[in-house]
Amino acid sequence: MAELSGKYLVGVYDDDDTVLHAVPRLRKAGVKIQEVYSPFPIHGMDDALGHPRTRIGIAAFMFGVVGCCVALTLMIWTMGIDWPMIVGGKDSISLPNYIPITFELTVLFTAFGMVTTFFISNGLSPAAHNHERFDVRATDNKFIMAINVGRNSMSEDEISRALRDSGAEEVNIKQF
Amino acid sequence: MHVTSPVREPLIQGGKTYADVTEDICRHVEGKPTKEWKIAFGISLVVLAYGSCCLAWTWWEGLGVWGLNKTVGWAWDITNFVWWVGIGHAGTLISAVLLLFRQKWRTSINRAAEAMTIFAVLCAASFILMHMGRPWMAYWALPLPNAFGSLWVNFNSPLVWDVFAISTYFSVSLVFWYIGLIPDLATIRDRATSKVSRFMYGTFAMGWDGSAKTWSRYEYISLILAGLATPLVLSVHTIVSMDFATSVIPGWHTTIFPPYFVAGAIFSGFAMVQNLMLITRVVYKLEDYITLEHIETMNKVITLTGSVVGVAYITEFFIAWYSGVEYESYAFINRATGPYWWAYWAMMTCNVISPQLFWSRKLRRSITFTFFISVIVNIGMWFERFVIIVTSLHRDYLPSSWAMFSPTRYDIGDYIFSFGLFFTLFLLFSKYLPVINMAEVKAVIRSTSANLPKKIAGVAKVRHREAAAPLFNKDIE
Repeated sequence: MAELSGKYLVGVYDDDDTVLHAVPRLRKAGVKIQEVYSPFPIHGMDDALGHPRTRIGIAAFMFGVVGCCVALTLMIWTMGIDWPMIVGGKDSISLPNYIPITFELTVLFTAFGMVTTFFISNGLSPAAHNHERFDVRATDNKFIMAINVGRNSMSEDEISRALRDSGAEEVNIKQF
Repeated sequence: MHVTSPVREPLIQGGKTYADVTEDICRHVEGKPTKEWKIAFGISLVVLAYGSCCLAWTWWEGLGVWGLNKTVGWAWDITNFVWWVGIGHAGTLISAVLLLFRQKWRTSINRAAEAMTIFAVLCAASFILMHMGRPWMAYWALPLPNAFGSLWVNFNSPLVWDVFAISTYFSVSLVFWYIGLIPDLATIRDRATSKVSRFMYGTFAMGWDGSAKTWSRYEYISLILAGLATPLVLSVHTIVSMDFATSVIPGWHTTIFPPYFVAGAIFSGFAMVQNLMLITRVVYKLEDYITLEHIETMNKVITLTGSVVGVAYITEFFIAWYSGVEYESYAFINRATGPYWWAYWAMMTCNVISPQLFWSRKLRRSITFTFFISVIVNIGMWFERFVIIVTSLHRDYLPSSWAMFSPTRYDIGDYIFSFGLFFTLFLLFSKYLPVINMAEVKAVIRSTSANLPKKIAGVAKVRHREAAAPLFNKDIE
């Protein structure tokens, strides 16, 4: 969650297509859009807003590698080095038998690592429950566009007019 | 942006708008518990209490209270364990595999199916703890340092693999389910009128605001979680089947077990989803969300997996004869014609014949019939595990060791415990959490596209042409 400060113009749209097509139009007109809030994911919104592609996949892969290494180290060390054991006539280090647990721990580490990264990168935490939001209808049926007036070179009236032209049904002012 | 081909029925019926979806799903979370819910919850609690007493006695007195004997050392405990794990698999299949296959009909049922997964795996885990006999020693199954015992756990053993598989499966499913819940919890938080519920739902919603950045990461991790959960769900039942397949008991020692168990798991799981959803849709008036199309599609999956299971039964029987292994052949002939013939034929009838009735369109679109067959399938799948476990064990190599198994009241009581636990948890879920994923359902409806041209008149010419084409649900109506 980005830090909110200053004065914002909040455009309220009632359709995902309208807001998706409003974004490039407004950006072309020179409006700097801070963020769009919606009740469900709008495909293509990232590109429209110019957000960089998420790198959470790289993090997930790294966690997977860690999980894989932890599992193999654990099993090779315990079964082969700390207390070597021959079970069923196999070598004390017998890799094929380690595949299931290696797989499980890889999945476990990837999932938990990735989700933790997701929480941190989005600023999601139980303590964040009272953060102020632009419009509570963003989790119901409205699509909310937030524009920081201070960071735009255009005047408030111009932005407001551009928002209405792009299909916004309401334009509100929110001060933080 | 969801586009439905004009030849298909819309996924969600009744011309719902985004606000309607929120209203319909949140209604039961926000309202007071209904009388029906209270009655059902009361019954579940009584069942759970009775089961808990039986379980307490089992743990107090020891496993001797079960009907096990020196020949049949595994019976209802492991049967119930495999049965519940299997049921759990449908939830993951619906939420993960169907996500990868872009099957959008899953959006109305995935939430409840995933909840079912989590509760079913808890029930399964309770049988693991039960069959240990001394559940306070359960931590011995973990790879703890040598000081706890003389040795490390044996990582070559499928039983240890199972510990890792089940616990990974449970925790990853829980995470997947929770991630999907966050946007909906935020919706409830933003509608909450009382301070307590705003605080509770707000805490679990963790400050979700629905920003484009959050959504894009959310979709990305959902996809990866689905990609992880898909092989995970296959691995779990594969490993469960290896508990049997890596032993040298005739009737267990077969390579067909992993795919056969996975198909059976999906089969029984979908049947359980049907049972739960058919009741939920009526009680919460969700007929527009869980439509006949959903029921029919799930029945098709039941027929497919039921056929796979049928082929597996026949293959198993054929290989027992074709392998020329005397013991293997005997194990199978004994299953079909021995003292437990009734269990074998109950399994064959319930699992192989009954799902084939769904080839009739009329039957697979009949709600009563679907409910009936789903119950039958679950009974059949319970018998499958019973047949595999008990009939393979009860006639040992030495005829002097032959024995029969009959359940005691504690075998039955501990099974009842799992039902009490499952339904208590499911009822709590269905009251306090949205049973349908609102965010995902909103993404598959077109609520206002009919207004599109006039709303953005003169904005984008391309949109005019697209909006005019009869592509969206709303336009077809």
